[in-house]
Amino acid sequence: MESTIDFSHYLKRAGSGLLHLDLAVEGISCAGCMAKIERNLSKMPDVTSARVNLTNRRLALEWREGAIDPALFVGRLAELGYKAYPFEPAGAETREAECARSLLRRLGVAAFAAMNVMMLSVPVWSGNASDMLPEQRDFFHWLSAVIVLPAAAYAAQPFFSSAYAALRGRSVNMDVPISIGIILALAMSLFETATHAEHVYFDAAIMLIAFLLAGRYLDQNMRRRTRAFAGNLAALKAETATKFIDDDEIRTVPIAAIRPGDIVLLRPGERSAVDGTVISGRSEMDQSLITGETLPATAVAGSAVYAGTLIRSGALRVRVSAASEGTLLSEISQLLENAMQARSRYLRLAERASRLYAPVVHATALLTMVGWLVAGATLHDSIVTAIAVLIITCPCALGLAIPAVQTIASGALFGCGVLLNSGDAIERMAEVDRVIFDKTGTLTLPELDVANATAIPADVFEVAGRLALSSRHPVAAAVARAAGAKAPLEDIEEEPGQGVRGVIDGIEVRLGRPSWCGADVAAHEILCRDPETSVVAFRRGEVCHVFAVRQRVRPDAAEVIARMNRMGLAVEILSGDREPAVRAAATALGVPQWRAEVSPIGKIARIEELARSGQKVMMVGDGLNDAPALAAAYTSMSPVTATHVSQAAADAVFLGERLAPVELAIRISRKAFRLMQQNLWLAVAYNLLAVPIAMAGLVTPLIAAAAMSGSSLLVMLNAIRARRQKREMP
Amino acid sequence: MEVLVYLVPLAIALGALGLAAFLWSLKNGQYDDLDGAAWRAIADDEPAG
Repeated sequence: MESTIDFSHYLKRAGSGLLHLDLAVEGISCAGCMAKIERNLSKMPDVTSARVNLTNRRLALEWREGAIDPALFVGRLAELGYKAYPFEPAGAETREAECARSLLRRLGVAAFAAMNVMMLSVPVWSGNASDMLPEQRDFFHWLSAVIVLPAAAYAAQPFFSSAYAALRGRSVNMDVPISIGIILALAMSLFETATHAEHVYFDAAIMLIAFLLAGRYLDQNMRRRTRAFAGNLAALKAETATKFIDDDEIRTVPIAAIRPGDIVLLRPGERSAVDGTVISGRSEMDQSLITGETLPATAVAGSAVYAGTLIRSGALRVRVSAASEGTLLSEISQLLENAMQARSRYLRLAERASRLYAPVVHATALLTMVGWLVAGATLHDSIVTAIAVLIITCPCALGLAIPAVQTIASGALFGCGVLLNSGDAIERMAEVDRVIFDKTGTLTLPELDVANATAIPADVFEVAGRLALSSRHPVAAAVARAAGAKAPLEDIEEEPGQGVRGVIDGIEVRLGRPSWCGADVAAHEILCRDPETSVVAFRRGEVCHVFAVRQRVRPDAAEVIARMNRMGLAVEILSGDREPAVRAAATALGVPQWRAEVSPIGKIARIEELARSGQKVMMVGDGLNDAPALAAAYTSMSPVTATHVSQAAADAVFLGERLAPVELAIRISRKAFRLMQQNLWLAVAYNLLAVPIAMAGLVTPLIAAAAMSGSSLLVMLNAIRARRQKREMP
Repeated sequence: MEVLVYLVPLAIALGALGLAAFLWSLKNGQYDDLDGAAWRAIADDEPAG
């Protein structure tokens, strides 16, 4: 039934007659899975290596070219109980991985230099107190310089280049005071070493670099993990298209291999993965994922089809105008761009802190120097004291304060099914006071479901489900899914446009249009009660049953909305769907504020109106029509079933059937935000304590090193508290 | 204190060796899958059946 995918797009040559394939594997959860997969696949002939990466749930395969069809691997994995899909890392993910690797390398260099310098510094500190010869001290200082200067020049480059970029753009970021501090500390230490002085700060400078790199690495790692997971999700969606390679012959190819101008076949029950124009065929199509409208529209030759459209009745031949990532309406693309720009103006907490921080620190250092000069100290001593102030205030704890909390909070969010798209999303989610939901696909589940399942006898349901397996119609598919049917009935024939029929124990069974099954009256009754429903009738002998099929509300939606109200969040529904449908959902969920038939522009207008009145709005939506609103809102989330564009525009993506991740995301973010603020205050308190000591000229390298590591440790320990949220999970 | 002539270069050489080992392990992809590596250490080498 299912045609195999053409893998050639994903195969890579690994040199000397070997082929390489990366697969994203669904269902790898533990070390047992890892061992099972590796053992079984390595046993296959010609396979030279099979290695599972448990962190990002992927499998790298290499085999000798020729004999094996890659589809065999997917088949073998399916036998083992895993779904696997070919995978191609996105450009952004490769870049992030490279960046993380480079940060780790620099961190390694800085940390090793710090350790070795500390080995030289400790004898000097204790020697200063006892009887070390000045020549020996100088020797140790020179040795430190030889280790630290090249290490710092290499390891601190990310700070230098970022500070340089900021200064060229005539602004200040956290890296400016960091770079100034590092450079001054190193320069002064070198000068002091040359003039045989007692105190040098090589150890403090390299330790600072190591701590800050650790913070950067944590930050980077969090983003990388999310991106890898998002990449897997994209692969697991396994989007394929049926492409005409000539007039009659078709082939299933991955969507990445489809180019504009290609002609594809869309069959009933399929979701289009491309934008295009219908060449021939006629079908009803469900565009609810795109417009929110649940009533089907009719497609004929010349109609436009957008990615995400569900084909309901007939097959269509479509000429592709845009494939994969290029798919979206031009109007929506324009709105999206404008909205994105507005959001990039948000100033992160760390940036706000550094804008305050740099001038204060530099003024304090200057004041110290002037103060000592006025008090009669030599120029040399005044400068040394001022630089000591810069070193001790260097934002070591500040640089860790936010990334550490972010890393741990995003780990907690990950645990409850929320993936962050942007690092500052936590800060913005914490401040939300109003949540706007889209209806279709967000409050409701994107898949159709049988609404009157309890009214139908279990044995009828079972037979109807097995019969439904033979039809590709989405309504029939919903019946099959709801019945949990696995085994299709034999000898079923399809009556085009009517339904499917077969014979069981000499009795005819039919599933299809109510008129075809003689169930018009019952169907009409259901449709009068709920015009949103699609109906499909089942007939066995003379007995008829009608299934009402519709989108079901997420199982915990009402609870979650009630809890959100108790948290002090205002909840609102903005939908593109028609009024009766939205009214029904709003009443069922207990949401007094709702609007129906809202256009994408209307959604943005509403969000902007709320923003002007000072409200911080979180938009939760999934359709293409929601994408601009997702980007325009203060922060946004979308379910993992959403269109590509919406997922890219949202700050976070949530997994699963439940709505609870939305609420948990806000809870965890609020807690994390409190911890970030606490950490910043801890850093400030540390500075208030340390700066007067430095200004008084009492800071020795020993005190600087102790203060720096002490404050960093304190901030890290406080950040770990963000993990505790996990226990409150339902 | 002449012993410093041996000890100091020795200490630095040991440090450099450690750094080299770290850089090698990084290049070798040892940090690419930390979750998996934790389990590989205790996994059975032989197929269970």
